[in-house]
Amino acid sequence: MKKLLIALSVSAAAMTATVANAADYVIDTKGAHASINFKVKHLGYSWLTGRFNSFEGDFEWDKAKPADSEIEVTIDVASIDSNHAERDKHLRSKDFLYVDEYPTATFKSTGYKATGEGKGELTGEFTLRGVTKTLTFPVSQLGEGKDPWGGYRTGFTGTTQIMLGDFNMDGYLGNVPVELELNVEGIRK
Amino acid sequence: MMKNTQTGYGLVAILLHWIMVLAIFGMFGLGLYMVELTYYDSWYHGSLETHKAIGVLVALVFVVRFGWRQLNPSPAGLSTKKLENTAAHFAHLGLYLVIAVLLVSGYLISTADGRAVDVFGLFSVPATLTERGSQEEIAGEVHEILAWLLMAMVAVHALAALKHHVINKDNTLKRMLKPGL
Repeated sequence: MKKLLIALSVSAAAMTATVANAADYVIDTKGAHASINFKVKHLGYSWLTGRFNSFEGDFEWDKAKPADSEIEVTIDVASIDSNHAERDKHLRSKDFLYVDEYPTATFKSTGYKATGEGKGELTGEFTLRGVTKTLTFPVSQLGEGKDPWGGYRTGFTGTTQIMLGDFNMDGYLGNVPVELELNVEGIRK
Repeated sequence: MMKNTQTGYGLVAILLHWIMVLAIFGMFGLGLYMVELTYYDSWYHGSLETHKAIGVLVALVFVVRFGWRQLNPSPAGLSTKKLENTAAHFAHLGLYLVIAVLLVSGYLISTADGRAVDVFGLFSVPATLTERGSQEEIAGEVHEILAWLLMAMVAVHALAALKHHVINKDNTLKRMLKPGL
């Protein structure tokens, strides 16, 4: 009986290990080793940059099986910060993000295609202001390994572009492109 | 002539009252107008800069006015009913309060990110509270609601003055136009 129990627990442990093989990482928003930035051209003359200060998410990554990679990020849209209170207030209004109606934006990956060492193409559903669009954009891994405090981390970066019109935000500035940059560092759970 | 008496207002109080009337209507109109301007209108930035600068000046006038009010006798209400006079007194205090909060809330929107309010290039008012993210939103809501509330209160205030003038035929309206009545 005792042997059976041991066998069961060993196999259970083995199963858990298999399931957790594509390692789960939580995005280190707590330590702010992650950021979601945007930039948009001001009148076509210069870059205006800003960020979303509050978001959370996690991802799965196994360097042996990159195709199994997944990521899910939820953004608190009202946390937009372009370093200008009056502008941020306007960006939160109905003219742009309409945060009263659509407080969160999400990105859920649907596929990952490795294109090289630590490089890949990420596809996923991006929902913003109630509109969901499929985005595909290149991402790259910056590094992976132990941290000095007993954890294990890896980080990625990726940039994509959306049009204001795709998310019903073109009424004010016109249908101009906005670049979105995602920098994430995950801590293995 | 300059100072209030027990029965009438002095010139200073009358002028300060009517300056505030002009400022309140002007700022309400400018406020409604400027939020409708689009990004590519030439006065998009100018209208807001002007609104903020005038707001600071109105705040200064408000402080002077309130100070002057404390230094002067308050002319007694002209109604024969004590309750009406008391109601008028609190209505006036209510107007002061709403204007004060309106001024402060406007200032808090513009300074939420730590930027000062520039007053026509003459001087600027530095930020104090800078709770970015929520401050400009809450202050913005308060500012908008109070602007409309103030307009409603102003309407009641003006109607009450007209009522005194037309129905009661007393000096309530006249003494705000002519010093020493």
